[in-house]
Amino acid sequence: MTQGTLRPPVSEGDHVMGDANAAVTLVEYGDFQCPHCARAHLVLPKVQAALGARLRFVFRNFPLAESHPDAMHAAEAAESVAARAGVGAYWAMYDALYEHQRDSEDALDDEHLLRYAEIVGASAADVARDLEADTYESRVKADFMSGVRSGVNGTPTFFINGHRFEGDWSNASSFVAALEAAAR
Amino acid sequence: MSQILAAGTIAPAFSLHATPDQFVSLADFRGKPVILAFYPADWSPVCGDQMALYNEVRSEFHKHHATLLGISVDSAWCHGAFAEHRHLHFPLLADFEPKGAVARQYGAYREHEGTCERALFVIDGEGVIRWSYCSPVGVNPGADGILEALEALEGAPASGGVDAAAAGVAR
Repeated sequence: MTQGTLRPPVSEGDHVMGDANAAVTLVEYGDFQCPHCARAHLVLPKVQAALGARLRFVFRNFPLAESHPDAMHAAEAAESVAARAGVGAYWAMYDALYEHQRDSEDALDDEHLLRYAEIVGASAADVARDLEADTYESRVKADFMSGVRSGVNGTPTFFINGHRFEGDWSNASSFVAALEAAAR
Repeated sequence: MSQILAAGTIAPAFSLHATPDQFVSLADFRGKPVILAFYPADWSPVCGDQMALYNEVRSEFHKHHATLLGISVDSAWCHGAFAEHRHLHFPLLADFEPKGAVARQYGAYREHEGTCERALFVIDGEGVIRWSYCSPVGVNPGADGILEALEALEGAPASGGVDAAAAGVAR
């Protein structure tokens, strides 16, 4: 098996932003409590603006739960929002988690997670039940293991058209250049 | 990069401090696979990520009945502080005195820097190295290679055990 190859490939079960027939698919493995991922979250809009409709973006969970005690529940809350309030709410939740990550020490505790869920249009009570029942734990863990098998070695790790991106994601222009090259 | 021991080689025996008053020996794990992860140093950022990743993946390693051991030239006290800070739930062995002696035996010592290479070994229950990989020192090698090696181990007959037993009967 080639190292650094995305497996399984993007499918209907993934959280997808953009057209299925887009020229480039960018997959991020991320952790909602990871500060590097929060930095990447600031770079991604520039990348998306540059590529426009040619880019399809996919997010998969890669919570390093021992390092980031709130990362697992943050990911499960986002999954719950997706299931209960739809794809639009999911991406709003994704934004909210990264935007608020550094607000305070407890910015990603359950109480805050439910607040963000409510703001993006899900029922806090429903999401609370899902967290309590670990409804989406297996889904998040499946994402994590797919990342391990794909050669994810830290967060964020990006895959461009299925190949691990080894370049510098923190620099929007070099990131865009790599995506442009893949779009051709 | 060093020339690390290759698959098929008998894994050199060792006994190293895991804590200031506790030793871990390779022989302790006879009959089960061992993953040896040599890494340059506690606290350096890439190592942190690599060990943090293995910490999360250890339940997968356990499914293969494999034990993960981290090894660097840091002392047992340093390992203790590092493991506590990063919530690591697997042993970190101190290749500390004589410094790097075990790493040298595995071909995983960086002479000019006095640290271990970032080298991985999967050793089977018979004590034979079945897979090894040396990563560039600044690159976290991830866990996919280890998992593939463990799967291959389960798919294949034991390195010496079965054959040796059969040979024993024949003799």
